[in-house]
Amino acid sequence: MGETKTMPPRTLFEKVWDAHVVAAPEGQSALLYIDLHLVHEVTSPQAFDGLRVSKRPVRQPLRTVATVDHNIPTTPRGLTITDPIAARQIEALQKNCREFGVPLFDMDSAEQGIVHVIGPELGITLPGMTIVCGDSHTSTHGAFGSLAFGIGTSEVEHVLATQCLPQKKPKTMQIHVSGKLAEGVTAKDLALGIIGRIGTDGATGYVIEYAGDAVRGLSMEARMTLCNMSIEAGARAGLIAPDETTFAYVSGRRFAPKGKAWEEAVASWRTLASDPGARFDKVIEIDAASLAPFVTWGTNPAMVVAVTARVPELKSFAQDSDRRAAEQALAYMGLNPGTPIESIVVDRVFIGSCTNSRIEDLRAAARVAKGQHVNPKVRAMVVPGSQAIKRAAELEGLHRIFLDAGFEWRESGCSMCLGMNPDILQPGERCASTSNRNFEGRQGRGGRTHLVSPMMAAAAAIAGHFTDIRNWRFH
Amino acid sequence: MQPFRKHTGVVVPLDKVNVDTDQIIPKQFLKRIERTGFGEFLFYDWRFTGDGEKIPAFVLHEPRYAKASILVAGKNFGCGSSREHAVWALADFGFHVVIASSFADIFANNSLKNGLLTVRLTDEQVAEIMRRSRQIENYQLTVDLERLRVEDAREQRFAATFAMDEFSRHCLLNGLDDVGLTLQHEAEIAAYEANHPVRAEMKAILAG
Repeated sequence: MGETKTMPPRTLFEKVWDAHVVAAPEGQSALLYIDLHLVHEVTSPQAFDGLRVSKRPVRQPLRTVATVDHNIPTTPRGLTITDPIAARQIEALQKNCREFGVPLFDMDSAEQGIVHVIGPELGITLPGMTIVCGDSHTSTHGAFGSLAFGIGTSEVEHVLATQCLPQKKPKTMQIHVSGKLAEGVTAKDLALGIIGRIGTDGATGYVIEYAGDAVRGLSMEARMTLCNMSIEAGARAGLIAPDETTFAYVSGRRFAPKGKAWEEAVASWRTLASDPGARFDKVIEIDAASLAPFVTWGTNPAMVVAVTARVPELKSFAQDSDRRAAEQALAYMGLNPGTPIESIVVDRVFIGSCTNSRIEDLRAAARVAKGQHVNPKVRAMVVPGSQAIKRAAELEGLHRIFLDAGFEWRESGCSMCLGMNPDILQPGERCASTSNRNFEGRQGRGGRTHLVSPMMAAAAAIAGHFTDIRNWRFH
Repeated sequence: MQPFRKHTGVVVPLDKVNVDTDQIIPKQFLKRIERTGFGEFLFYDWRFTGDGEKIPAFVLHEPRYAKASILVAGKNFGCGSSREHAVWALADFGFHVVIASSFADIFANNSLKNGLLTVRLTDEQVAEIMRRSRQIENYQLTVDLERLRVEDAREQRFAATFAMDEFSRHCLLNGLDDVGLTLQHEAEIAAYEANHPVRAEMKAILAG
């Protein structure tokens, strides 16, 4: 019939967005359909209570998946939870899932794990979806070319009740990374390098699409690390167009499409890439060759330098407010300007979190730890992201390498990334951490967090101080 | 939700940039399963020592700001975690308005759902409000959402306008429950769901 209308070129984000608009009422935010709602114990109890008060059911229990991760202990499963308030929160989730018919991967489940780890690993997270969770690191799932973002508890209730969310359309930013990451420079370093350059609010109001050869060359685990940290630059979501790497990862996973449905799904996922000529509101170019292993020195992820550098001088900050923030951060961190990063001694090492607890992260850390021993002054902990990762690592013997080297090998959960469970820093303790936030008190009141990659964390555990992984002598 | 139209109150300056939600409400207080009672834990690690002693020097403890209901802070307020507990703590403590030169997206959204108004002004305007709130005893501002205006009643008047998207403003002014608004689109949601059924594989998930 008549002439065919040519679509203007669209970005990956715009394609996913357009496919999920249920209604676009005049003068209001668009109403987006949510394909998958991930739920955990900390940000959901008040939302379920809200449903009870308004006598609303969970509209789509099969688009809702729950697990416990934030406050569970990482000591052997089966022990009682000693913190009664944490236990109450976990019981509340169990009760809510029973009452509202929501599937739950509970404490004793073989599939339990950090919510952003188990979604992908079970094939629940797929390309082209809209995914939300009451957790800011929901951006992780953008690695699959999904629009995935964190929401607050009121929005959790909204999605439980309606499977939709009114959303203002964000602006688009492309971060184009050319070249190839050097040996010892990981997706974590790429993320820290980006945040260091654009700041913790550099992408506020934007959705990021990561592109370029360096991004294409990343594994799915590495892409998840990169997208995970999008929120630390202020972006609620960060996406990577799905490709053969993505399909290979998803294929055969427990809840992934099978047979004919798989063929159809892949065909449709292939159309998700940004069209040639699609416009972004902002484009940032990064040369992978300019990146190094990074270490944060302050109290937000943008306070970061290369491991070979020094803690910055206060006069290097142009803005008064940034200089004062740096001054406060250094006082909190117990560091002096000009201190070489490699001379900073650590007390604790944490390898884990939704940023860096996947099998590849553990392999990388184990490669560093193999045949070595944790410095006697350091307590080091490895917390796999999920029970499945723990099993896989044990099958490969990674746990042996860690245990022989003097690392603790724990059960899965969020653990010391946010210290809601008993895994916390003591006041003044300094930690090399593979997590995502070095905020004041994040890992325990008075604790001092330095964000690094898994290899850099393992090397710090052994050396007792930060050291450039590029010079590491692997055994 | 309580409608927000206009509020006049004492202003307290929190002269920091990038105030993250871990500072607004530290994680040890996120285990409560209620929405209420978070106010006493607001900025806990800045207000109290490890032993629970009050830190008198912290600005919220200065007697002159005891009745403050408007918080003014530096750029990127509310960054970090999505915890709505941060907004509940601010509101429960008695704040009706937060003024800053920018806000993190999730925090701003959460505020909207709880009738806490986030007002975005320029760095210069924020600095001027901070200066006045330090120099003038009992310094008050009036924040008018109908007129999108912030002003004081001083002789040398401070006045500024701010922007907010029309729909958010409408919801705040009328205290609208947006679940109710969404459900007005039931027919469209049902039609969307008819075209996008739950995947067959997911139906097995309840088996555990």
